Amino acid sequence: MSPVPAQKINRGEPMTEAKNYMHKYWWKILSIVLLFYTVIAGFLFEVPRLPLLQETIRNLYFHVCMWFAMMILFTISVVNAIKYLRTLKMKYDIYARNFAVVGILFGILGYATGAIWASFTWADPNITVIDNFKTIARDPKLIGAAIALLVYFAYLILRDSVQDMDKRARISSVYNIFAYAILFPSIWILPRVLDSLHPGQDGNPALDVKNDISSGMRIVFYPAVIGWTLLGVWITTLKIRTSIIKEKKLSK
Amino acid sequence: MKIAKQFILLLASLFFTVSLFAQGDKPGMADVMRSNGRIYVVIAVVLTILVGLILYVFRIDRKLTKLEKEN
Repeated sequence: MSPVPAQKINRGEPMTEAKNYMHKYWWKILSIVLLFYTVIAGFLFEVPRLPLLQETIRNLYFHVCMWFAMMILFTISVVNAIKYLRTLKMKYDIYARNFAVVGILFGILGYATGAIWASFTWADPNITVIDNFKTIARDPKLIGAAIALLVYFAYLILRDSVQDMDKRARISSVYNIFAYAILFPSIWILPRVLDSLHPGQDGNPALDVKNDISSGMRIVFYPAVIGWTLLGVWITTLKIRTSIIKEKKLSK
Repeated sequence: MKIAKQFILLLASLFFTVSLFAQGDKPGMADVMRSNGRIYVVIAVVLTILVGLILYVFRIDRKLTKLEKEN
């Protein structure tokens, strides 16, 4: 990016904004309704009876949704980073940061739930914990997800290590784009190329209409993804509003 | 302090007796909460957690709206 003349940097962008989607309630209520539906239907509706998985197949409505929400939040984050680079308005930098943070939170939740799920489906009870760990921990999908999360951790560290506000916003926005670019190989390409225990090797995991998840599960899974994502967005907007209030206090 | 302890003990013992009664040989009534391997109990627990979390987020939302109006 070419250097921007000092007077062009939009430093004192007033943070008072017209009421936008963050202040609306309908999508928050939609999120609550969908989450309630997810819990009730997710536990009660018929699911395919598969060996090994058994009832844990219902984790699809929770574990997989965490990753979907993470991807969507990271996507919103990178869009705001690009918006910042185009307009240099501080608010977009605040948006990008907070969406990335909540995306990381969902990623960690996805990782933790996956660890619990794997320890009861992939792990062999006849061998020691360490031997199990040796086989499971080298699974490409896990390593890919770990790389993706670590790249985003680095994003936060990079941000907080720069003192100057404008410099921080610009450097981290550029890094945000790189981090998003690394998501593609690490969680979408790499696990499909290599052998993995994790389901969803070929095609589009959980989205393949023909031969992946059953239709009965899809009527719960898709609303679940929307519900969890909206909850993530809701939490993010709270964080954004807090930062904007803080920012306003500082500039007074 | 002592009374409080005794009160908690009493409450705890009450709960235990309730669960003991529940395991007795009562005729099977149309009890939703004890059917299907008591999955409805799990749903009730998870929904309670969800309601708690959502109420919490909702309260933060309201507080922020108030703060924004003050500023």
